[in-house]
Amino acid sequence: MPRLIRNGEVVEDSWQGRTLSLDEYNKQVESGAAPSGDTAVQLDAGQSPEDIQGDLHAIPMIAIHFPVFTDGRGFSYARELRQRGYTGEIRAVGHFMRDQLAYLARCGVTAFQFDDGTDPADAVACFRDFSEHYQADVLQPEPLFRRR
Amino acid sequence: MYVYDEIDQRIVNERVEQYRDQTRRYLAGEIPDAQFLPIRLQNGLYVQRLAPMLRIAIPYGMLSSRQLRKLAQISRDFDKGYGHISTRQNMQLNWPRLEDVPDILAELASVQMHAIQTSGNCIRNTTTDQFAGVAVDEREDPRPWCEIIRQWSTFHPEFAFLPRKFKIAVCASETDRAAIHAHDIGLELVPNAEGVLGFRVLAGGGLGRTPVIGSEIRPWLEKKHLLTYLESILRVYNQLGRRDNKYKARIKILVKAMGVDAFRERVEKEWAAIKDGPATLTDAEVERAKSFFTSPPYRTLPALDECAALQSQLAENQAFARWFQRNTLDHRVPGYRIVSLSLKATGYAPGDITDEQMEAVADLADQYAFGEVRTTHEQNLVLADVEGEQLFALWQRLLGLGLATPNIGYLTDLICCPGGDYCSLANAKSIPVAEAIQERFENLDYLYDLGPIDLNISGCMNACGHHHIGHIGILGVDKKGQEFYQVSLGGHQGKDASIGKILGPSFEQDAMPDVIEKILSTYVELRTDEEHFLDTYRRVGMEPFKERVYAQTH
Repeated sequence: MPRLIRNGEVVEDSWQGRTLSLDEYNKQVESGAAPSGDTAVQLDAGQSPEDIQGDLHAIPMIAIHFPVFTDGRGFSYARELRQRGYTGEIRAVGHFMRDQLAYLARCGVTAFQFDDGTDPADAVACFRDFSEHYQADVLQPEPLFRRR
Repeated sequence: MYVYDEIDQRIVNERVEQYRDQTRRYLAGEIPDAQFLPIRLQNGLYVQRLAPMLRIAIPYGMLSSRQLRKLAQISRDFDKGYGHISTRQNMQLNWPRLEDVPDILAELASVQMHAIQTSGNCIRNTTTDQFAGVAVDEREDPRPWCEIIRQWSTFHPEFAFLPRKFKIAVCASETDRAAIHAHDIGLELVPNAEGVLGFRVLAGGGLGRTPVIGSEIRPWLEKKHLLTYLESILRVYNQLGRRDNKYKARIKILVKAMGVDAFRERVEKEWAAIKDGPATLTDAEVERAKSFFTSPPYRTLPALDECAALQSQLAENQAFARWFQRNTLDHRVPGYRIVSLSLKATGYAPGDITDEQMEAVADLADQYAFGEVRTTHEQNLVLADVEGEQLFALWQRLLGLGLATPNIGYLTDLICCPGGDYCSLANAKSIPVAEAIQERFENLDYLYDLGPIDLNISGCMNACGHHHIGHIGILGVDKKGQEFYQVSLGGHQGKDASIGKILGPSFEQDAMPDVIEKILSTYVELRTDEEHFLDTYRRVGMEPFKERVYAQTH
């Protein structure tokens, strides 16, 4: 099984279900066939969380695809998903880099699936880079100024 | 000025160590060039024509004398002994070694400085009025708000990979000295109908290839909502801004494409979801920020016109009087004066300052100005709080340092990017053009007779020299491998901001002083009494200037 980072730990990828594109997923919802608990959906860049049809909370995993690591739309998508109360796994897939992990985690991404040979065991070190942040984020809902 | 607490210091220290490790991994071949690019950019490091360039953040232009001494030392130890003040009030070093940058950043951190987000597609250094806190026309000190924005924007997790760079400026006075209309977001502290100050929010301004004056998104925003509102604008931009073409990626293009009303509607929708959330500012935080920007211990002094020593010095020394009139300004506290130090002496690259000058200015700041120095977006320095009686002594010291050129606000106080001599983006050199113009117009009587004129020079479309908002703008262009210069007229950076219009076909470098002279003599002939260049241009339009400049010689 491929390894990935989940909640800051290196783990085996235990996901056994299928991952549908947003279009496929929405078609299923529209056709009245509620997707089962083993169906994840993948948001590509340009596909906002608000485009997901049906009950967000029933989705076990939402993958956010990064076409290139400089495309930062996914950061806002993750944040919006958490703002909408989504509590399942948000997984970064595609082209992102180790040095973005801490930002992505703060935006609500909980799992990172590298496609470029990055060793997850090395990459987890980046979560220790900073011990404090100014802004409110998904991991720390109170901004620093409310805790100072 | 703002002083770091243990947490601010820790964050900056951790950044240094993070970048040290990233540099090590890059040099070891573990990070490819393409991935290292945004990492080094967000730590201020460009790779330029001749060497790397490091842009050091000077948040909203405020420096302590201790910090300025550190910049002098860094420029000596790691560079060639000088720095360049940029139009974002930052300082650029032109010759550091990539391998040395972590050590430079560590040196900066030791005096509460950094180079965070001075480059890259992220939120850049927030700029404001260089006369903040001392200007007579100020409604409120903008610096606490700038510091609040600095902290909010530093390592904002969501906005580090925006479609393009993002610049915010704050104005809190009657006259706009921060060019807020030329920023991605411009904020102006304005009173509402009840007289309560809040933020007027402009968005979608910017220079570069497609210059646009910012549009009003909100006429008045209660102060406590500042961060949630900014966050909403950025979130809309991050999701909808174009990423397929870097020349169409700034927020100005998005605002234009959507239309201001649709853009505003979208922002308000995002805002509704986070308004009154945890990022809403607390009174305690605003008070904390304000506590760093209280008045220094001013003495009770007579008004300047009752200061006998100063008045006799002004009467006896014409050169001093000239400098006093051009390079110093009214201060809100009686007996004090705001002093601008001109970095626009002919023969020196505009905005450049040597290590020795930096150290000397730091000493002068300690002696005369409560140990504080400011950088300006016009690429000069300011000592904001000088007693009237001390002005003559200060002026003599500045003369010896070459920092007393009495030209602030006049033609030779031009804004100029580093251009093709340094910058790998530039189409053309800008410094030699600036120098040739400064040489041509060195006669002070003529200079003063021309009145206040903003002349801004950029070496390329990226418009770092703000040529679009110069009364006279000069843009370096490339024509089949040759450097040419396009002239525009009628730009302006104030509250009645305007984008300059192109005069006509571009010119060779050698022709530029003559071209400028023809433009100016046209103005002198057409002006009415007391009419400034911009007023005349706005009254008579482009045609008379065009006719004169392009007239065939017989």
